[in-house]
Amino acid sequence: MGAGRKVTTVIVGAGHAGLAMSRCLAERTVDHIVLERGGVANSWRTERWDSLHLLTPNWQSRLPGFAYEGDDPDGYRTMSEVVAFIDAYARAISAPVETNTRVTSLSHDGDWYRVETDRGAWDSRSVVLANGACNIAHIPRVAEGVPAGIATLTPMDYRNPGQLAEGGVLVVGASATGIQLADEIHRSGRPVILSVGEHVRAPRVYRGKDIQWWMDKAGVLDERYDEIDDIVRARKVPSMQLVGTSDRKTLDLNALRDIGVTLRGSLAGIRDGKVLFSGSLRNQCALADLKMNRLLDTIDDWARENEVAGEVDPPHRLEPTVVDDAPALGLDLASGEIKTILWATGYRPDYSWLNLPVLDRKGQIIHDGGIIAKAPGAYVLGLQFLRRRKSSLIDGAASDANDLADHLLSFLAGSSGSARGIAAGQVAWRSSILEQR
Amino acid sequence: MSISENTANNGVNVEALIGAREALSEAPDAAKFTWRATCKWMNGTHSHSVVKGFYGLGEEQNHRTSFEFDADHPEVFASEDNGATPVEYVLVGLASCLTAGIAAVAQYRGIQLRSVQATIEGGMDIQGILGIDSDVRNGFDGIKIHYTIDADATPDEIKALVAQSQKRSAVFDIVTNPTNVNVEVN
Repeated sequence: MGAGRKVTTVIVGAGHAGLAMSRCLAERTVDHIVLERGGVANSWRTERWDSLHLLTPNWQSRLPGFAYEGDDPDGYRTMSEVVAFIDAYARAISAPVETNTRVTSLSHDGDWYRVETDRGAWDSRSVVLANGACNIAHIPRVAEGVPAGIATLTPMDYRNPGQLAEGGVLVVGASATGIQLADEIHRSGRPVILSVGEHVRAPRVYRGKDIQWWMDKAGVLDERYDEIDDIVRARKVPSMQLVGTSDRKTLDLNALRDIGVTLRGSLAGIRDGKVLFSGSLRNQCALADLKMNRLLDTIDDWARENEVAGEVDPPHRLEPTVVDDAPALGLDLASGEIKTILWATGYRPDYSWLNLPVLDRKGQIIHDGGIIAKAPGAYVLGLQFLRRRKSSLIDGAASDANDLADHLLSFLAGSSGSARGIAAGQVAWRSSILEQR
Repeated sequence: MSISENTANNGVNVEALIGAREALSEAPDAAKFTWRATCKWMNGTHSHSVVKGFYGLGEEQNHRTSFEFDADHPEVFASEDNGATPVEYVLVGLASCLTAGIAAVAQYRGIQLRSVQATIEGGMDIQGILGIDSDVRNGFDGIKIHYTIDADATPDEIKALVAQSQKRSAVFDIVTNPTNVNVEVN
């Protein structure tokens, strides 16, 4: 293994999170490079469906030293607008991005990380994994039972209804992705059956303000990972059922039912060519309604205590989710009713290139608020509830990157808590790395 | 909520459950349990079942005492009615599982329960088990449970207890989702 180019910090991924970290490191004069497999904002560019708009309003994409300055703060960006925004940020901060450079391996050797790419190797003292939480579309194991003749695809492959065969579509999963695609596909004339498991219901606009405005103002999005009861659970909570449209519509199960989408329980199995749905649909909807009302209670309490009543509409509650008395528990895939199955069953990060002993038995990175203790000097950004409830939002990158850049700086200086055990004699040498830039 | 501020007492040792959850997430093999029963034919539709041992935490375990259950069918089925019907045991299993869950969740959430009463019923068209109509399934066509709960909590908090209990219930999962069953002979 020959020597790689030397740099203090390698950031993997030039999305909003990696760029926010780049900016934070530049402020701290840590020399670094951002390695990007494609172009800046690659996932937004290449892995999203055509109609997708950002789920957060324009004003809410505040990156370190950069924010929205247009005339539609309450609107929701199209994907090309997201790409343009992140591109503009990369230029504004003069981020040292190496595009079209795919990381093929990250390993550790002594005091150095070795980052192999398809365009050569880098050796660095620290690394920041900002490759995103949504690299791979997760498909449940039951998919193995789908009979031949039924087309299957994931949201990564899906672009618009036109690519689907005419006929019925089973959309599995009712989080933000599933409900948006169920709505769009059903409206295209392909009748949709939506398989509903655990989900998080929310109105797009509450008391005249975007739900994100309330969650931002009331501090819900700033709740910290080390201050809530069950962070393991919080990191698995599905995305809120939201869509970003110009009429700011609420897209929940009732709205889908109103246009004729058929609601079924979660997909419990596929046996002999027959889909089996769980009988738990009613409880899944009850859980989501109760959870939503707790959020709205929190918002109302905050509004009362902070005397914003004059600026906003009075409190109200949404109709409970309507569930059939006895939703069908089976669906015969040989009947011709369904031509396509769309797995909207979540995303996972891709760590196939990561050769560090930092994954748990489920393949997820073991970290403490983004600090990877088993690999001192390594950090991860952009995962759900990494440090705050907003960590996976564009708007969450600033505070997380700031916190982790501080930690990274103290690691480089040899004074960090999680860098304990580093020989004192290495500290001066490490500082000299900092000054090489 | 912090557990130390929890003054509710529903007789559930939540600290032990939380401790077990933490310990078992580090040692997932110890979380693998096997539950067992033996069943002996007596006469007619009457059978006698015994529950005593089970496997868990890496070793064989035993109940404090063995529990015995007679199952039969009622006289309208021309049986001797020596015990509850097997499908009634399923209802007992579901209701008792959900009720235990409600107590545990209430304890964890610091909610004092005063009374919890459930009535459970399962509808069944016996044309299925009698083989009269192959379009009718053998099992329940639906199960209804009604809870009456008196607790130091708002109506929504009580609803949330019941919902969370369903979410974490083994029997609710067994009843609402398919399970592979392998029956071998001799």
